[in-house]
Amino acid sequence: MTTLLILLPLAAALVIWVLPLNDISAGALALLAALVEVGLWIQLVVRYDFAQGGLQFSQQQSWFSDLHVSYHVGVYGFSVWLVGLTVVAMAAAIAYGFWVGRDRVRAYMGLMLFLTGAVVGVFTAQDLLLFYAFFEAMMIPLYVLVGVWGGPGRMGATLKFVLYTMAGSLLMLASIIVYGLSQNTFDLTEIGQSSSDWVFLGFVAAFAIKAPLFPLHGWLPDAYRESSPEVAAILSGVVSKAAAYGFLRIAIAKFPDPVQHYRVPILALAAIGLIYGSLLAFRAPDIRGVIAYSSLAQMGLITMGLFAVNDLGFDGAVLQMVNHGLVSTTLFLLAGMVERRTLTGELSRLGGMARGRPALATVLMTTGVIALAVPLSSAFAGEFLILAAVFRQGWGWSVVGAVAIVLAAAYILRLISALLHREVGPAVSDSALDLRPAELGVVVPLVACLLALSAWPAAITEHSFRHDRGQTDVTQGFK
Amino acid sequence: MIHGPHIDWFALAAVNSLLAASALSLLSAVLVPGRWRRPVAASLCALGYATALGFAVALYVKSPHGHGVVVDAFRRDRLTELTGIIIAGSGLLATALSYRERMREHHGEYYALLAAAGGGMLFFVGANNLMTLFLGLEWFSICLYILCAIDRDRLGGLEAALKYLVIGGFGSAVLLFGSALVYGATGRLDFAAIGAAGNAHDSLLVLGLALIIAGLAFKASAAPFHMWTPDVYEGAPTPVTAFMAAATKTAALVVTLRLLVTAFPGDARLWTVALAAIAVCSLVVGNLAALVQKGVKRMLAYSSISHAGFMLIAVSANSNLGARALLYYLVPYAAMSLGSFAVVAARERELGVPVTFENMAGFGWERPLLGVSMWAFLLGFAGFPLTGGFVGKFYAFAAAYEHGWTWLVIVGVLATLVSLYYYLGLVRAMFMRRAEDLQLAPIGGSPPRDALLQAAVVTCLVVTVGSFFAVQPMIDLARHAANSLSF
Repeated sequence: MTTLLILLPLAAALVIWVLPLNDISAGALALLAALVEVGLWIQLVVRYDFAQGGLQFSQQQSWFSDLHVSYHVGVYGFSVWLVGLTVVAMAAAIAYGFWVGRDRVRAYMGLMLFLTGAVVGVFTAQDLLLFYAFFEAMMIPLYVLVGVWGGPGRMGATLKFVLYTMAGSLLMLASIIVYGLSQNTFDLTEIGQSSSDWVFLGFVAAFAIKAPLFPLHGWLPDAYRESSPEVAAILSGVVSKAAAYGFLRIAIAKFPDPVQHYRVPILALAAIGLIYGSLLAFRAPDIRGVIAYSSLAQMGLITMGLFAVNDLGFDGAVLQMVNHGLVSTTLFLLAGMVERRTLTGELSRLGGMARGRPALATVLMTTGVIALAVPLSSAFAGEFLILAAVFRQGWGWSVVGAVAIVLAAAYILRLISALLHREVGPAVSDSALDLRPAELGVVVPLVACLLALSAWPAAITEHSFRHDRGQTDVTQGFK
Repeated sequence: MIHGPHIDWFALAAVNSLLAASALSLLSAVLVPGRWRRPVAASLCALGYATALGFAVALYVKSPHGHGVVVDAFRRDRLTELTGIIIAGSGLLATALSYRERMREHHGEYYALLAAAGGGMLFFVGANNLMTLFLGLEWFSICLYILCAIDRDRLGGLEAALKYLVIGGFGSAVLLFGSALVYGATGRLDFAAIGAAGNAHDSLLVLGLALIIAGLAFKASAAPFHMWTPDVYEGAPTPVTAFMAAATKTAALVVTLRLLVTAFPGDARLWTVALAAIAVCSLVVGNLAALVQKGVKRMLAYSSISHAGFMLIAVSANSNLGARALLYYLVPYAAMSLGSFAVVAARERELGVPVTFENMAGFGWERPLLGVSMWAFLLGFAGFPLTGGFVGKFYAFAAAYEHGWTWLVIVGVLATLVSLYYYLGLVRAMFMRRAEDLQLAPIGGSPPRDALLQAAVVTCLVVTVGSFFAVQPMIDLARHAANSLSF
C-alpha cells in the first residue's frame, strides 16, 4: 500500500516521459494519476487503524545489509495526514498546470509526478538513508521546475535555492553517517536515541533551511516569486512540511537531550521568524511576497509548537502543518489566477476585483478568513493549541505568538482589501473574467478540505499519535 | 636447455585476447583496403574487449582463492578480475564511442593502440611484484601517449600528448626510483615479500614508499600530481579522454590499494595519513578549479581529479569496508565518466568546435535522450540519490568514519557542496537556456545519427541508475574481491 503510493506517481512519470503522447493526453494522464493517488490515499485513511496507532502498512526489504540499510516504509497517524496533504495539493497543482497549459507538457507533468512520489517517500520512509534519498530526490524535479518554467529571475532563484538547501542536506548526510554507523543500524524504528549535539545540529541545519527558519530564509522570497504559481504552492505548502516532519520524526524523537539544550535558541529563532515574517508580509509590495513571508511566519509557529515538546504542541503543529499547507497552496494558486488576468502581482496596481467577480471574491475571502485564524476556523484551532503548548514553556512565548496572530490578521486583511476592495486598480481591466469553472474545480476542493477541518479539527488532533499522547509517543522515539 | 616457468595461460587469457586484437587490428591497417579498414579494426578491437570481458568474468568465478601465477609475477584473484571487468567494459564502450570520431587516417593503429592499452591495464592491475608493476604501467602509458596525439588535425592534440609524455614520463621515473629504493631496503621485488621483509622504520623504505605513492598518484591524477590532467583531457580525442578517465583511474587506484595493503602493512599509519592528505588536496584543487572552467571537458577533468580524492578517501581507510567502497564506487564512476564524455563527443561532432558551457545551451531539449542522460551523469557525480554516485560517496564516507576520521567526512561533504555549483551549472546551461541565445551559425540538417554512441550512453545510464538499486549484489562482488587482500 505504502509502496504503491510511492511508486504509482513515479511509474506514471516514466510512462509520460517515455510514450510520445500529445499535450492533452499527457496532461490528462498526469491528472488521472494524481487523482488515483488521492483515491489510494483515501483507501489508506479508511484502512489505517487509528485506535491502535503506531507504524502500519510497513514494508521492509534489505537494500545493503553490510551497513544495515533497508528499504523500509510505513505510515504513522500523523504521516497519514501529511501524505494526504501532499497528494491533494499535488493533484490541485497538476490540474492547474494542465489547465494553464505549460510548455513542454510531458517533461513538466512527469516532473510534477516524480515530485509527488518523492515527497510521499519522505513522509513514509522508515530508514534514515532512504529518508535522505527521498529528501534529496525532491530537489531533482524542483530544481528544473523552478529553473525552466519560472519567471525572468529564475536562474538566480534556483541557484540560491539549491545551494542553500543542499548545504543543509549535506550536513544532514554527515550526521546520518555518524549516527547510523555509531548505532549500527539506519532503521528509524530500531535506532536508539542519541545525545550527540553535533549530530543533532546537522539534522537541524537541514530542516531549518528547508522550512525555512529565520535567519536561513535567504532563498525563500526569490524562489516563491520566480517559480510558476503551482510550483510555489507546492514549495510552500508541501515541501516545507517535509522539514517540519523531519523535526518531528528525527530531530525531536531521536535526540531528547540535545533538544533540551537547544530548545530555547530554536524557539527564539522560530519566534523571531514568526514576528519578522509577519512584519515583512505586511510590508510586501506584491501578492506572492505576502504569501511567501506569511509562510516563513507560519513555519516559525509550527516549529514553536514542535519544540514545546508536549501533547498540545505536537497535535497543534500537525494540524497547523496541514492547515498551512492547504491555505498556502490555495493562496498561491489564487495568486496565479489573479496574475493571469492582470499580468502583475503588485498590490498598488490591483484593486476592486470583487466587483462583478463573486466567485473569486468568495473563494479568496474564505481562504483568507481561515488563514487569519478567526475563531471556529481550523487555523484557529491549530494556533490555539500551539500557543497553549508554548505557554507551558514560558508565558513570553505565547505573547509573541498572540502578537503574531494579530499581525496575521493585519496582513491578510491588507491583501484582501488590496485585491478585492478599494477602487479598481490600473492593471485590472473590466474584461478580466471571474474564476472559470476549471479554476473553481481546482481551488474549491482545497477550500472544502479547509472547511471540513474547521468543522472537525479533531480529525487530525485526535488521530495523529498513539492514544492521543503525542509527548510519550515522540519522546520515546516512536518505539 | 633452459626450463621456462609454468605458465597459467588461463589467468593471462584476458590480457592475451586484447593483445591478439591489437595485433590483428594493426595487421588490418596494412591488409584491409581503405574503406573497410575502420569497421574491421573497430570490430576486432570490440571483439578483443568482449572476449577479455568474458574471460575476466570466467576468471572471477573460477578464482575464489587468489594465488600468484607465472612465478608469482602476476596475481590471479578476484580483485584483479573484478577490476578487469570494469576496465574491459570501459574499453568496449570507448570503442563504441570512437567509431564515428572524425579522423581521416590511422584507424587501424588507433584501435590497435586502444586494445593494447586495455591489455596493459589488465596486466597492471594483476601485477604482483615491482617489476611487472612498472612494465604494466609503461605498457599502457605509451599506448595512451600515442592515442592522445593520433589525430594530427586536432587542435591541441600534439600539445596534450607531449605534456602527457613529459609529465607521465616523470611520474614513471619517480615510481621506478621509489621501487629501486624499496628493493634496496628489502632486497625483494615481490609485494608480499616486501611486506614480510620490510623494517617499518627504515628511512630508505619510507622514502621509496613516498615515491611510489607519488608515481601512482600521477596516474590516478590526484592533486598535487594532477597538472597534466586538464590539458590532456581537453586536447586528446574525446573517446580517448573517456577511456582514460574511466579505465586509467580505475587501474591506478586499485593498484594503489593492492600495493599499499600488501607490501606496506607495517607503514600503514604513514600511508593512510599520506593518502588522506592527497585526497583532501585533490578535493580542494579539483573542486575549486572546476568552478571557473568554461570548457566542459576541462570541467570534467577537474571533476575527475576531485573524484580521485573521493575514492582515495576509501583507500586511505585501509579496511575491507574501504576496499568495498572503492570497488563499488568505481563502477558508477566509470559509467558516469564514459557517459558524460560521450555526450560531450556527440555535441562536439554536431558543432565542430570545443564544447563549452555556452554552447551546451538548449542541448537538453534538442537531444532529449542525451540531455537526460547527461543530467543523470552530472547528478551522479554530485552524489544525488537515484544514481550509484550517491551510494558510492556514502560508502566512502562510511569507511572514513569507521577508520575514525570524521573530519574527512566533513571535508568530503563540503567538497560535494562546492561541486554542485558547476555540475548543476551545466544542467542549467543544457535545460534553462535557449539555443537561440547563443547566436550560433546555423549548421543545417538534423544532427548526425550515431546509434553506437547512443547505445553506449544508454548503457552508461543503466549502470549509473541501476547501481543505485542493485547495491547488494555489487557489494557482494566487491566483498569477494576485497577478501583477496589481507587487512
